Amino acid sequence: MHELSLVAGLFEILEEKARQHGAAKIVSVKLRVGRLSGAVPELLVTAFDMYKKGTLAEEAVLETVTVPVRVHCRSCGAEFEVEDFVFHCSTCGATDLEILSGTDLFLDKIELETEDDPA
Amino acid sequence: MKRKEVEVLEDILGSNIRAAAELKRRFLDRGVLAVNLMSSPGAGKTTLLERLAERLSPRYRLAVIEGDIETERDAERIRAKGIPAWQIQTGGACHLEAKMIGRLFPELPAELDFLFIENVGNLVCPAGYDLGESLRCLLLSAPEGDDKPKKYPKAFRTAQCLILSKSDLLGLLPFDPERAKKEALEVNPDLEIFLVSPLTGAGLEDFIAYLLRQRQKLTGRHA
Repeated sequence: MHELSLVAGLFEILEEKARQHGAAKIVSVKLRVGRLSGAVPELLVTAFDMYKKGTLAEEAVLETVTVPVRVHCRSCGAEFEVEDFVFHCSTCGATDLEILSGTDLFLDKIELETEDDPA
Repeated sequence: MKRKEVEVLEDILGSNIRAAAELKRRFLDRGVLAVNLMSSPGAGKTTLLERLAERLSPRYRLAVIEGDIETERDAERIRAKGIPAWQIQTGGACHLEAKMIGRLFPELPAELDFLFIENVGNLVCPAGYDLGESLRCLLLSAPEGDDKPKKYPKAFRTAQCLILSKSDLLGLLPFDPERAKKEALEVNPDLEIFLVSPLTGAGLEDFIAYLLRQRQKLTGRHA
């Protein structure tokens, strides 16, 4: 369970973005969680809810979207989703595959609340 | 109050990725091959390092960083072989991170051929953290079972080499090294695989030859 460490990294970015945009509050956070990222979405939400106390994101909701592992075959050019973590081309059987997505943990977007500009 | 949506598109492991890239550059500058050893607890990582110390030192200059949740035991075992060793006690954390290695970097000997980093025993969490290593080496020991690669795909996918460990126990256990190899190669077709007994040292020659080739590639490329 390293999701708390991951969430600590997430909060470094959140704090920086909140500062940049002069946000009073972070309302929602959307994460893209690769199937090969090594992180468990449910545990990320638990860790987020523990970590957010006393921060600008105290009331924020963490939404996670699972990203499948997609690859491109350098031999035949096929693009497909890897199933059961078998990294062989489903079309030609080659193993020279380039991973297109599904290994990362990406902070996609956040929703912020800012004070109204003084009139 | 006004609401606005901000697109960020940043890897939340970004600070580790940056720290690891910096470490990797520093290791390359020194011509040291950094090896990140990963496995479940008790797969034979420290025993493997003891055997490597006996075979590689003093011809090659070795140093070891040991990661454990608690105790100095592993570093003491390595020091008993005459190899400088540092113990990182994570105090609960299940993996090492690049900045932990970065803090130790100034203490490492200036002249070094191999740095072995023994990660916290765990096949899940360490896999997500690059430590600036040039070689990620996984151990899977016979008692763990030959069905592990698909259960821990990230660890197997991100490694360059796999040691099927405790080969001295083959025949006593249902572990089938061919099945383990087949599964591991499905997850990662580029894996170099070695069958080794850290206890007896059987099979170590091929692995050592591989390590020396990797170091040569590194220093050759850098010369």
